Amino acid sequence: MKILVCISHVPDTNAKIPFKDGQPDLAGVTFVIGPYDDFALARAVELRDASQGKLTVLNVGGADTEQTIRKALAIGADDAIRVNASPTDSFFVASQIAAIAKAESYDLIMMGRETSDYNGGQVHGMVATLLGIPCVTPCMKLDVAGGKATMLREIEGGKETVTANLPLVLGCQEPIAEWKIPNMRGIMSAKAKPLKVVEPVAVAAKTSVTKYEVPAARGNCKMIDKDNVEELVKLLKTEAKVL
Amino acid sequence: MVAVSNQNAIKGGEFLIRETEAHEIFIPEDFTAEQRMMAQACEDFLNTEIHPKVEEMDNMKNTEFMHKAMQKAGELGLLGITVPEEYSGLNMSFNTSMLIADVLGSGGSFSTAYGAHTGIGTQPIVLYGNEEQKKKYVPKLATGEWLACYCLTEPDAGSDANSGKTKAVLSADGKYYTITGQKMWISNAGFAELFIVFAKIEDDKNLTAFIVEKSFGGITMNEEEKKLGIKGSSTRQVFFNDCKVPVENMLSTRGNGFKIAVNVLNIGRIKLGAGVIGGCKMVTSQALTYSKERKQFKTPIANFGAIKRKLAEMATKIYATESLCYRAGQNIEDNINSLAANGMSDAESKLKGVEQFAVECAIAKVHGSETLDFTVDEGVQIYGGMGFSEEAPMARAYRDARISRIYEGTNEINRMLLVGTIIKRALKGELDIITPAMAVAKELTSVPSFESIDASLLFAEEKSVIKNMKKAILMVAGKAVQNLGEKINDEQEIMMNIADMIIETYAAESVLLRTEKMVGVKGEKACEQQINMSKLYVSEALEKLGTAGKEAVASFTQGDEQKVMLMGLKRYTKLTPVNTKELRRAVADAMIEEGKYCF
Repeated sequence: MKILVCISHVPDTNAKIPFKDGQPDLAGVTFVIGPYDDFALARAVELRDASQGKLTVLNVGGADTEQTIRKALAIGADDAIRVNASPTDSFFVASQIAAIAKAESYDLIMMGRETSDYNGGQVHGMVATLLGIPCVTPCMKLDVAGGKATMLREIEGGKETVTANLPLVLGCQEPIAEWKIPNMRGIMSAKAKPLKVVEPVAVAAKTSVTKYEVPAARGNCKMIDKDNVEELVKLLKTEAKVL
Repeated sequence: MVAVSNQNAIKGGEFLIRETEAHEIFIPEDFTAEQRMMAQACEDFLNTEIHPKVEEMDNMKNTEFMHKAMQKAGELGLLGITVPEEYSGLNMSFNTSMLIADVLGSGGSFSTAYGAHTGIGTQPIVLYGNEEQKKKYVPKLATGEWLACYCLTEPDAGSDANSGKTKAVLSADGKYYTITGQKMWISNAGFAELFIVFAKIEDDKNLTAFIVEKSFGGITMNEEEKKLGIKGSSTRQVFFNDCKVPVENMLSTRGNGFKIAVNVLNIGRIKLGAGVIGGCKMVTSQALTYSKERKQFKTPIANFGAIKRKLAEMATKIYATESLCYRAGQNIEDNINSLAANGMSDAESKLKGVEQFAVECAIAKVHGSETLDFTVDEGVQIYGGMGFSEEAPMARAYRDARISRIYEGTNEINRMLLVGTIIKRALKGELDIITPAMAVAKELTSVPSFESIDASLLFAEEKSVIKNMKKAILMVAGKAVQNLGEKINDEQEIMMNIADMIIETYAAESVLLRTEKMVGVKGEKACEQQINMSKLYVSEALEKLGTAGKEAVASFTQGDEQKVMLMGLKRYTKLTPVNTKELRRAVADAMIEEGKYCF
């Protein structure tokens, strides 16, 4: 089985992101594989091992993302592709993935249900559309047998089991697999695994960010005695101005 | 024996008489992306397998817990870090193995089990085993199929390990030894399949080491010890009753056991120095988080100067332990590589490479374990009443930390050992302490130099302080040896005073050199807090050196000689007063802003 796992290069979920001149200031921020992508990668490693297939990892990003790609290789991907471009919007990224996938014909194209930086959650759907194959998201369980995938999806108020023929695109989330910690041998061999850098196909992004707004800092909490309703009403009128 | 051609190679203990440049030392900031990925994997392992299950680990109700955790560590390759590849290991560099020990050190009981298995359990065979022994046992240990323990200590033989009473008697047919005796405080005993056992043959002066499989029989154990800390680590008394060990399981040669014990401990010591760093950082970050949440007098206690002082002191000491451990670690690594390049075997180059830096290993052990104890103590204090409760993490950290000053040679033994080693090497002519000591003695009776210092240069005064600290050591130690001769070994208090002077000097110099190297890469602005911590550390180290020096001088000199010595100490401990309050506040504020230990 040929599997492609698309990973995003995102700030560590615990990182504080300062803003400078209205833009996120990412200097000094630690980057990781998108947490949902990490789940997809973990399941892909299991499926690759079971099928003795091949697992390729792909990222759309600049050279600074290579450390994140190497981590995916350390976790178990066989080789990697970096599309040398800044991921401007979901359509741009999806177009790059689709261009690679058209040439390579993968059985499964897996990624997280969404990234943890912009949380767009659109790339998997767009890739599937561009390739004319099905997309299942959020996929919480995945088994593949005889060219057919069986998946568990979370839906409003319950869960549904879906089947589809390969190839297909999946947006994954836990508990599809447990995150894998790269073992020491994997880390040591990651640097020797092939990482191909390809130039992007020419696609114009369809959206652009006009501005960012940082939520206002939370003010101090004022405690009012439970019996002092008058004071509460007064403050709601004069200070909070919600009445 | 292979001659070492590199005459300029740094020697162990030489820092006392040699000026080191910043570019010559390794600093943690030099670690590669790959090494950082390994460290992160270790942290992920702890965050998944150990930290969330610490209660289960320490109550020991699940007797399989530690065994399984160690095997999971084995699956990640963590048990074969320093094992050669031909025995299923990863043969990583010395400083990489220090980094792994550093990160895994925050695992409490797990860290002890891990250290005992990979260090004193596995290394004796890796370093002293013959080819058959290595092939037979090391792959099992490197993968975690078998776990190992190290049986040296006996009820009446602790620090004086060579006085053990366990006997090994050769059978009439010459095919096996029968081991009989009692060992205690044996880490990992409860689940070990392999025992490294030290025993005496006939009336030998020195111990002999044996590789003993549990399946050989004749091994019984007491129940788990009830300990102050690291409660989840298996520690038992082990009894050998007519345990039959094939002669081919003797490790190295007859009577070589004590040497094995000592050399394996050298490695263990510096690893322990690094092994406290992860724990220290975790405790500091936890205390910091608590101090931001805990409000008194309507404000988070992190805003109070008394708390900031504690946080900054914790950070500064950790920064120092880290600086000196990786500096020494790289010296060892370079020495190992140089010996190996000159044709020495892998095992011998590792042994000799580390032995050369026995002084630095002992410094790392003492400094690291005392930094840990300081950190957990202040951690409890910052948590206040909650620090005394088992519901908060500090109580466990406080209990777990205490063993570090005891095992791998007590800190007292290590202090005496490091001074003893320097004196021995000086008397043998291996380390020329005598010439510079005489120069210092001459300088003492001459007019003091009034050389001015260019204060515009970074650390100009601090660097001069380090030079003077070394002079103070040479003055005090030189005079002590001169006046006391060999009796100095019986004057343990003086030995410990001198050790404190040496430890503080090595730490202060390592801190300065690290920061200077970092500034060279990132610039002063980006290293503001590191500069502050360096100034703080040098100022405190100088105070400690002065106190230890005075105590020593007053105990072995009198009259005019004492006056000259005290004048000398005064001259060598001068420093323009530093506003430590402001420096500490700045360091603490940076951490408060970041929300964790961040240097």
